[in-house]
Parts: sequence; structure tokens; C-alpha cells
Amino acid sequence: MIAEIGHYALVLALFLAILQSTLPLIGAARRNYGWMAVGQSTALVQFALVALAFAALMNSYITSDFSVLNVAENSHSAKPLLYKISGVWGNHEGSMLLWVLILSLFGAAVAWFGGNLPAELRARVLAVQGMIGTGFYLFILLTSNPFTRLVPAPMDGRGLNPILQDPGLAIHPPFLYLGYVGFSVAFSFAVAALIEGKVDAAWARWVRPWTLAAWCALTIGIALGSWWAYYTLGWGGWWFWDPVENASFMPWLVGTALIHSAIVVEKRDALKSWTILLAIVTFSLSLVGTFLVRSGVLTSVHAFAVDPARGTFILLLLLIVIGGSLTLYAIRAPALKGGGLFQPISREGALVLNNLLLSTAAATVFLGTLYPLFLDAIGGAKVSVGYPFFNATFVPLMIPLVAAVAAGPMLAWKRGDLLAALQRLKFAFLAAFVVVLITFYIQWGGPVLAVLGVGLAMWLFMGVLAEYSDRIKLFRAPFGDSWRRAIHLPRSTYGMSIAHLGLAVSVAGIAAAAWQSERIETVRPGDNIELAGFSIHFDGIEQLQGSNYTSARGTFTVTKDGSAIAVMRPERRFFPLQNMPTSNTAIHTTLLSDLYLALNDGDAPGNWTLRAYYKPLVPWIWIGAGIMALGGLLSLSDRRWRVGVAARRARRAPAEAVAKA
Amino acid sequence: MTRALSFFILIAALTFGAMGPGFAVEPNERLADPALEARARGISDHLRCLVCQNETIDDSHADLAHDLRVLVRERLTAGDSDSQTIAFITARYGDFVLLKPPVKGATLVLWYGPLAILLIGAVGTVVWFRRRKMTGVEEPAPLTDVERSRLKQMMTEGES
Repeated sequence: MIAEIGHYALVLALFLAILQSTLPLIGAARRNYGWMAVGQSTALVQFALVALAFAALMNSYITSDFSVLNVAENSHSAKPLLYKISGVWGNHEGSMLLWVLILSLFGAAVAWFGGNLPAELRARVLAVQGMIGTGFYLFILLTSNPFTRLVPAPMDGRGLNPILQDPGLAIHPPFLYLGYVGFSVAFSFAVAALIEGKVDAAWARWVRPWTLAAWCALTIGIALGSWWAYYTLGWGGWWFWDPVENASFMPWLVGTALIHSAIVVEKRDALKSWTILLAIVTFSLSLVGTFLVRSGVLTSVHAFAVDPARGTFILLLLLIVIGGSLTLYAIRAPALKGGGLFQPISREGALVLNNLLLSTAAATVFLGTLYPLFLDAIGGAKVSVGYPFFNATFVPLMIPLVAAVAAGPMLAWKRGDLLAALQRLKFAFLAAFVVVLITFYIQWGGPVLAVLGVGLAMWLFMGVLAEYSDRIKLFRAPFGDSWRRAIHLPRSTYGMSIAHLGLAVSVAGIAAAAWQSERIETVRPGDNIELAGFSIHFDGIEQLQGSNYTSARGTFTVTKDGSAIAVMRPERRFFPLQNMPTSNTAIHTTLLSDLYLALNDGDAPGNWTLRAYYKPLVPWIWIGAGIMALGGLLSLSDRRWRVGVAARRARRAPAEAVAKA
Repeated sequence: MTRALSFFILIAALTFGAMGPGFAVEPNERLADPALEARARGISDHLRCLVCQNETIDDSHADLAHDLRVLVRERLTAGDSDSQTIAFITARYGDFVLLKPPVKGATLVLWYGPLAILLIGAVGTVVWFRRRKMTGVEEPAPLTDVERSRLKQMMTEGES
């Protein structure tokens, strides 16, 4: 019964979405405010309905209702509660339901917080959201219904893939989807602006917070996924240039370009049609990502034929959304007049360079990800495009980008002075140079690129600090004056500096990955392994019984120069239901480096295979990503996004002046 | 074999069938000569485990990856150079086994594409700058009456 309620709610949501994609659009064209307002109520009710459907599916999972096909295929009564809940989106149908849940959440948020938007723009934005929703509700109801019943119901379910039975599953996909789907708002704003034929600073100011929110979520989502891979795999890799990873990375790259180009639209009224295009491309890439992962073309183009209904539907949806929006763009964009002029060497110019490099990088990832599929589809040779390709093409694009990030904010709007900017960066350059020399001295004969990477990170880090101290006139004005300047800097400025610092931290972590050391040995209890100055002693092994697995847990005492550092307990788990082992690694982190142990069955009874890694700076990769997202959130909290604040502040200022006197 | 895939959107695990996390090179496969073993690792790191998604044979625990690792070591022990070993394996399994696709007819677009895109983008930007400079730009249109009244409304918002 409850599953049917969920199904019914989803059908109702579909009809509301159809209503939402038509009435407000017609209303906006005819200036009928009643029709325009329809979008708000449908968006809010839609969210309530999809939330109900989602709750219904979750209920089926928690109560282990195996008469629901989706639950029977992906859950098991003995599974811990956390994985029953996160298992809802650990499969195709459920994750699509999460997708539309988040889509309707964003739609409702636009309806709710969009009070300061002109009525026509809000109506059109919601209409476009409605169209996207219509497509995806249809997709779920026609090809991927999570509420399908199974008669007769089995005694128990098939369980969830043990790799997915991890807290990572609970948080990684929701964040990833918040990012993917969040870009739909930027897309809707772009299409609405094209229909309206008007893009101005106000438009950029409205669209930027949504884009920023989606970008933060995607940043966190990707970082979480990478970290999850790192601690689960058993050998400490954290990025593989795997198609599924690339699928989430492409929208991130273009989305990053978008939040930067929108600044130019907002501040200088330039780059308008380019920004619109980026908004369309960002969400299109989110859809392509969904398509790549969902349709099964990744394994091979032939897998596409296994489930043609699904694949064809997504492909069609993709064609309509991307083709339609690009056609609209081709027709309307030429009418968008560019605003402020600027010299190539200027803040705007720097942001154009940022966009050029990020877009090329995204195109490179796109090419590398889809080229094998493309070749295969046209009957060409079968090739693999792995990490060496991306190292050879993507990394060279990132080096000038990271180098330019330090200088860009130093340039003035309209016409900048690059020489003066570089002069103000001389300490940053000196710091980077010293770091390079020291690293070279310590790591003589090591990888050269890694040394340069660390130097680049230092350059960026010091460059951001230099820009900040410039802004508050540190040491050039009395300290009290600098302090006042620091307090009055807008949060979005702090957001930018912090996000750029985060990038520096990540770059350092990525570069330092080259200096990891490893030991892969067959060990027996009592053995001792030396690694990077650590002494790792195998104390013994114990057998444990988990709720739905058995586990062999090793105990290792780590000492350095005779003093105890840590006791580490890597586990080897076995899931009898799926007849599948997993590895629970043990990681001892100092935030400056990780010691990483993974245990595996050995070649003979009593023998174990121990993989021990020492990874300097590796935690910085995710710490840096976290700092980047933090910068984005800080910028998001900037008061100027909320119109009307200026008036309030202006009124308060005289009062403060009186109080001070 | 699904590895990173599974993490990145779960589905992978469902689509490709589940396997445990990769467990890379095994201690008993290794060669006694450290120099030879280092070369073997270097080669393994660029060969694809054919039944996996973008996974090197050095990282994969699939049986096929194991066989390939052993094969690489056999060739090296027999006195082959690195390139001879790779050529031996490519002859058997095709270019598909190479994670770094060779530069040839079918992959020219792949290898030179990024550079071409960058150049097109750069040239496009320069042309755009030039054209803007020549044509100049009109002043933004003055506010319409509707916008003016909205602006006034916004500025006074929050007074209540």
C-alpha cells in the first residue's frame, strides 16, 4: 500500500511538472500574473510529493518489504539500519528518485526564495525547471519504477554490494547529486534569460548564489568520493580518471569556469552570452554524466543494447535538453549586447584566461572519456585511455591556471598592470623558489614535476596572502586601519581568498603523492616491517563476527625510533551473502602524512599479505577541497546576495556614527 | 574490478557485477632482482587489466591481471627489454591493453585534440578582443519605467 502511495505521488508530481512547464511560460508571455504565479505553488507541492514518494521507498527499505522488487534486489533484513537507509540510493531506480527529489528541492527553493526576482523571470525559470522535471519523472515512471511489486515476495533480499556498505554511500551520492542537479537552476536561469532576451548584472547576481551552492556541493561530493575510494581500495589510490569519476569532474570544471565568468557579468556587464553558454554546458555535462553512468555505455557501447529502453530514453532526453537549449542559444544569444570594455591585461582578462583553460581542460577530459566509446561505435580500433593520457594533457593545462590564480586578483578591473602585480608577488615567488630548492635538496633525484608542483602550491598560497595583505594595507597603514579594512572586507572576498588557498593546499597534496613509499610483504604474526622510518610489528590476528559479515582483524603496533606511534587494526571482511571479501584499511594520519595498512589473505594458511604505504601530504588533497568548499559557502553567506541590505546598512550607518561619537 | 567506479556512482557495481577491491601485485609474484622488479612494476603500471575499467594490472586482483603480471616478469627474466616486453603483450592483446594509447591514425584526434581546442579557444579570444575594440560598445540602455519603480521598491524594501 505504501509503495503504491509513493508511485501515485510520483505520477501526480509528473502532472504538476507538465503544468509548471506550460502555464507560467504562457503567463509570462502574456503578462498574466495569475498564470505566472502557478509555478510557485506547483514547485512547492511537487517537492512535497516527491518527498512523499522518497519516504515511501525508504519505508519499504527500513521495514524490509521484499514485495517491492527494488528492495528485494538491493536490500537484506540482516543489513545494518544505516545501509538500509543509504541503500535506497545505492541502486539505479532509487538513485534516480534521489535525483528528482533534489531537482524538486531546488525548484521549491527557487519558488520560496525567489521573492526578489521579477515575476516574469521567476515564472520562466520555474517553467524550465518543470520541463526538466517532466523528462525525469517520465524516465522513472516509464523505465525505472522503484515501486514495482514482486509477486510472490521472497523470504529475504539479495543484499547490497559490500563495497557500498560504507558510511561513504550515505553522504557521497547526496552531495554529488546536490551539485549535479543544483546546476539545473543555473541552466533554467540561462534559458529563461534567453527567452526574455535580457541578461544584466542583476541576472548574474541572482544566478550566482545558486551556482555557487551547487559548486560547493559538487566539490564536497567529488572529494568525498575520492576519499572513499582512497580508504576502501586497499592500495591508497584516490583518483583514477575513470569514466564515472570524469562524469562528475567535467561539470565541476565548467561550473568552476561559470562561477568566475558570472563575476564579470555582475561587475562589468561583459561576457554575457559566454556565461549563458557555460550555464547550459555545465548542466548538459551533468546530464551527460548521468547518461554515461546510467545507460551502461561505459562498459561498452554494446551494453547499451542490453537495456535499450533506458538508454534510448536518456539519449533522447539529452538530445532534447542540450539540442533545444543550444538552438535557443544560437537564435537569441547574438542579440545579447556586450557591456563594459576591458583590456586583455585586466581582472576580466584574467578571468577570461581562467575560463579558456578550464573549458579546454573540461574538453580534454570529455575527449579522453568518450573517445574509446566513439571509436568503438564507428567500428574503429579498441583503445584504452587511461591515466597516462590525462597526465600528459590535463596537467599541462592546470599548471598555467594555478600560476595565474595568484596574479589574477592582483589586477585591476578594465586595465591592469601585470608588472606591478608581479612585483607585489615577489615574496611569493621567493617563497616558492626556496621551497623548490629545499625540496630538491631533500628529494634529490626524485620526480621533478612533483617538486615544481609543490613550488607552484607555495607560489599560490603566498600569492593569496600577498593579495589579502595588499587589500587591507597590512604594514603600509597603521595596524588599526588594517584591522578595520579586514573587518569590512565583504565575505565574498574572503570566500575567494579561502577557496584559492584551498586550491594551493590540494595542489601540494597532489604533487607530494609522488613521494609515497610502499612495502608489500607476506607476513606472519610476530613479523616486523620497516617503512619510511616506521617499524610496523604484526602482533596478531583475531576473528570477529559482524552483523552480516565475518572479519579477520590484524593488530599492528607502529613505532618510530623506539617510541610507540599508533596501534593499527586493518581488517579483512567476508560477506557470505555475496561471497565477497572487502578490505577495511587502517589509516594513521598526522594530517601531514598518512600511514596506510591493508591486510589481505596470504598464499598459505597463517600467511597474510600486508600492504603498507607511507603517503606524505596526502590528506591535504581532501583538506584543500574542503577549504575550497568552505570558501564557496562563505561567499554564499555574503549579505549582498540579499537585495535590500544596502538600504538597511545605509540607514544604520548614521546611527553607528552617532554611537561612536 | 569495479574499484573507483563503485565509489563514484554505485551503479557501476550493479552494472558490471561486483568484485572485491583491487589487491595489486602479490608478494609471491615478485622477482628477486630489485632492478628487474622495478622495471616490471613500471611496465605493469601502464598496462590495462583487460577485464577491468581503466585499472592497471598492477592494481587489479583479477586473475587475468595476475597472469599478465607473471607474463611481464617472464619476458623480463628472459632478457627482453621494456619495449620488447610491451611489444610482446601488445601483439597478443592489441592496443586495448595500453593505458596510454599509441599515437597513430585512429588516435590523432585524441592526442592533438586538447592542443587544437586550446589554440582555437585562444585564437577565438584574440579575435573577439580585436572585434570588440573596433566596433566599440553601446552604452547600456537606460532603465525602463517598470525597472525604475522596481528599483525604488527594492531600495525601500526592509523598511517595514
